[in-house]
Amino acid sequence: MSMLHIVNKSPYERNSLAAAVGHMKDGDTLLLIEDGVYAAVKGGAVAGQLEGKTVSVLGADLAARGIAADKLVEGVAVVDYGNFVDLVETTDKSQSWL
Amino acid sequence: MSEIKKFMYVNRRAPYGTIYAWESLEVVLIGAAFEQDVSLAFIDDGVYQLTKGQDTAGIEMKNFSPTYSALGDYEVNKIYVEKESLEERGLTLDDLQHLVWEDEDDDWAEKDSIRLVSRAEMADVLADQDILFNF
Amino acid sequence: MKLTIQVNEGPYQHQASDSAYHFTKAALEKGHEIFRVFFYHDGVNNGTRLTTPPQDDRNIVKRWSDLAAEHDLDLVICVAAAQRRGIVDDGEAERNGKDATNIAPGFRISGLGQLIEGGIQSDRLVVFGD
Repeated sequence: MSMLHIVNKSPYERNSLAAAVGHMKDGDTLLLIEDGVYAAVKGGAVAGQLEGKTVSVLGADLAARGIAADKLVEGVAVVDYGNFVDLVETTDKSQSWL
Repeated sequence: MSEIKKFMYVNRRAPYGTIYAWESLEVVLIGAAFEQDVSLAFIDDGVYQLTKGQDTAGIEMKNFSPTYSALGDYEVNKIYVEKESLEERGLTLDDLQHLVWEDEDDDWAEKDSIRLVSRAEMADVLADQDILFNF
Repeated sequence: MKLTIQVNEGPYQHQASDSAYHFTKAALEKGHEIFRVFFYHDGVNNGTRLTTPPQDDRNIVKRWSDLAAEHDLDLVICVAAAQRRGIVDDGEAERNGKDATNIAPGFRISGLGQLIEGGIQSDRLVVFGD
């Protein structure tokens, strides 16, 4: 049993990332999309919240925001919409932390 | 053949500043007719939806807070409220409406609908659901 | 995998409708079944026929209509949310005495029960919002 936690808002605008991370269990995956991708930028104040979590980031949203791969926190997986669909399939359910 | 699924409606927004709280409740009320295993979760600013003493006369909006007390009649009686979300906002259970339901299997005894849970317990409750609605 | 997608926001104002569209399209490309796309809150505004977006940008409403036509998708707009926000089809115009309709091709207006049913009948529900 595992959950996909989807965060789409910037962690500097809203508490959605903290809420997601606060409710994640072992085996869950965090997926950052839309403005949520800013959480994965190295050196950001919230980067520590991702430690120890399985994190995927939507590449299309990174590219749109001009965030290059070398600017990302270690260990996050860059995915496309197809992988997003796969994540929905391989987890039991999703929780959108809006 | 239709199995019964565990439906949870997750509420994380305050009332009135946006419509999400009210339109979420509308889904709960319609959903009650579908006889699934329904729970509500109030996390973060969602806990503000349940506070007592809401008076919307000045902002000329419909005060929908009485609807929460009707949930028991719709057999929606598992209402999880997150303890840390209350504490962070300087609230206690006393600030919230006292929501109850009548258990027909127990001589119509009146029971509390609100289940106060910690963040860690709420994570377990979420993990236990089949579907999570967010608004 | 049978999917129901919930879209909580209108076109352009938030990225939700875009993300939902790209996700839905990717799911179809992978051979999954889209049981329903349900538009709630301001999401009902994705179903207006009357947008004229700039030529050099995506046409969100038309994109949904085209995807629906190509894949026989069920795009449902919540009636209560639509009434609040003025998305009207023939039935609603007649019922509520409106002098016009504005619903886009491929969308239909129906009750919240359609979202609940989507949840019951699908393997997964994915919510896109603000």
